[in-house]
Amino acid sequence: MLKRIFAIFRARNLEFMRDRSSLSWNIVLPVALMFGLSFIFSGGDRAVYTIGVLQSADQIDESVHPFLETRYMDFVPVASEADGFRKVARHRLDLLVRFDPPAQYWVNPDSPKGYYAEIALLQADQRNEIAKAQITGDAVRYVDWVLPGILGMNMMFSCLFGVGYVVVRYRKNGFLKRLHATPLRAIEFVIAQVASRLLLIIVITAFVYAGTKYFLDTRMEGSHLTLLIIAIIGSVSLISMGLLVAARVTSEELAGGLLNMVTWPMMLLSGVWFSLEAAEGWVRELAKVFPLTHVLDAARAVMLDGATLRDVSDEIAWLAIMSVVFLTLGASIFRWRSN
Amino acid sequence: MPTALEARNLVKQYPGVLAVDDVSFSVAEGICFGLLGPNGAGKTTTVEIMEGVTPPSSGEVWYFGKPAGRKFREEAGIQFQNTALQDFLTVQETLEMFHSLYNRQADLERIIEECALGELLDRDNRKLSGGQRQRLLLAVALVNEPRLVFLDEPTTGLDPQARRNFWELVQRIRAGGTTIILTTHYMDEAHILCDDIAIMDEGKIISRGNPDELLRRQYKNVIIELPLEDVNGALDCIEHRVLESQGLIEVATDDVNASLQLLAANVTGLNRLKIRQPNLEDLFLDLTGHSLRA
Repeated sequence: MLKRIFAIFRARNLEFMRDRSSLSWNIVLPVALMFGLSFIFSGGDRAVYTIGVLQSADQIDESVHPFLETRYMDFVPVASEADGFRKVARHRLDLLVRFDPPAQYWVNPDSPKGYYAEIALLQADQRNEIAKAQITGDAVRYVDWVLPGILGMNMMFSCLFGVGYVVVRYRKNGFLKRLHATPLRAIEFVIAQVASRLLLIIVITAFVYAGTKYFLDTRMEGSHLTLLIIAIIGSVSLISMGLLVAARVTSEELAGGLLNMVTWPMMLLSGVWFSLEAAEGWVRELAKVFPLTHVLDAARAVMLDGATLRDVSDEIAWLAIMSVVFLTLGASIFRWRSN
Repeated sequence: MPTALEARNLVKQYPGVLAVDDVSFSVAEGICFGLLGPNGAGKTTTVEIMEGVTPPSSGEVWYFGKPAGRKFREEAGIQFQNTALQDFLTVQETLEMFHSLYNRQADLERIIEECALGELLDRDNRKLSGGQRQRLLLAVALVNEPRLVFLDEPTTGLDPQARRNFWELVQRIRAGGTTIILTTHYMDEAHILCDDIAIMDEGKIISRGNPDELLRRQYKNVIIELPLEDVNGALDCIEHRVLESQGLIEVATDDVNASLQLLAANVTGLNRLKIRQPNLEDLFLDLTGHSLRA
């Protein structure tokens, strides 16, 4: 028995080692992830408090006020008052401060962290010339905040792996070749795959959403129709991305490597588990190339802040553009058969 | 009869391998045309070029006098040598799916009856036997009422009874006027089914014609077979062609009586002697110098 096991073990190892593309991905991907993560999170100690500073400049100038030199506080520029007020109301900022005259700060009386951040501000403000204002609002529970992330992540995995892997398997076992011998066109096949997975993912996502809404009473400030539109266009863009990845690949292992290469950065940079508001500007810009970032930004805006379809039209437009680009590219380079 | 399909100077070059080397031939409408040859002869590549699933390096395929295009895809039925079907689908669902891909549609009930699939309609594709699966793949190739059907090694791996059943099915389709292009390395299959054959080796067509005519043209004699161990080197006396193959001595002769007398006088035992007509396998052996299944 051991002899047979070893024979299969050896054959599989040889197959894997000789599949250079898969081997490369299995080595390159973890190394790239390791370097990427160490680069993104190399900013030293994490801040305990997040303070918004109302200003037009992109950079915080610590010389403006002694409070800005306080340790363990992360000072982020906030360009608009409305945006700052909304974040203080939702406890996403512990304090909002304006040092330009007339100097003022805004704090949420229901925020424990806001209370301590205010003490630190008043201690640093020796001249006692900064005015206080209050903004009220319920805290966004982590479950409310993370729910769109979890739904989005599930959509991402289902769309990318569910479509990408299946197409590669069809190609590898000759089923695509059989379809190619019929009048079916590549774009027809691609659209059928998109439609099939879209139906599945919308039903599953709606089911999970309804369950969490019922059991956890998760927040929904906006319209369900707007959320459905975001889910549909977001799913189409992610499925199209999966089809593009699988358009020519003939090895399931290479497909797995490529799909991991696009899913892991989205997991980390699209705001599934944590907000990137405190991240470097270039990281936030980079995250915008991923469809999941736009899906989550739009879904959170609707669910947490009651954004309308018009408010999230930018995100929807980006997702639509990405879908068209991925689908067109995928259909044009689509290969029916393995070599 | 009009020409249904025509291959014009087909060439397929893979890195380091010339799989198809300037192949040209035409297939008349309504016949069963066989493309024969050993594994690696280039017949599957040639047929896949004609089916439109493999692009040629050069050359053209014409269908009823025009370059093969959308009309060809709509009117051709194809059974590949190895085709995976979608998992978890039943026979009925598989047939309906392929049926829906064509504008030109056959009556599914008739196809199901012709291919004897009536009792298998609710069965998962994965649970079909080899013969049942081949019948389903043939049915899939017929769902568009094709004018032309490609059958690529359709009986490979089937037991003798399943092969014979499949031949009967192909003969019924052929009798209905459908043109059939068959690739096989079974010479008996080709002889029974085909009106016209082309023998391929090393990417080229080396002989072409009706099977019986080809044999008549090549052979004026019959073959006497003896087990090698019964002969004991006593054939030096026989002047006719002598061939040793797979433990047998084969003597080709046009005078059976004289050869048998000669053998009786020189060979110790003739109990296992056989006399037979030359077949396509002999023809192939003569033309190429190597066995069909090599």
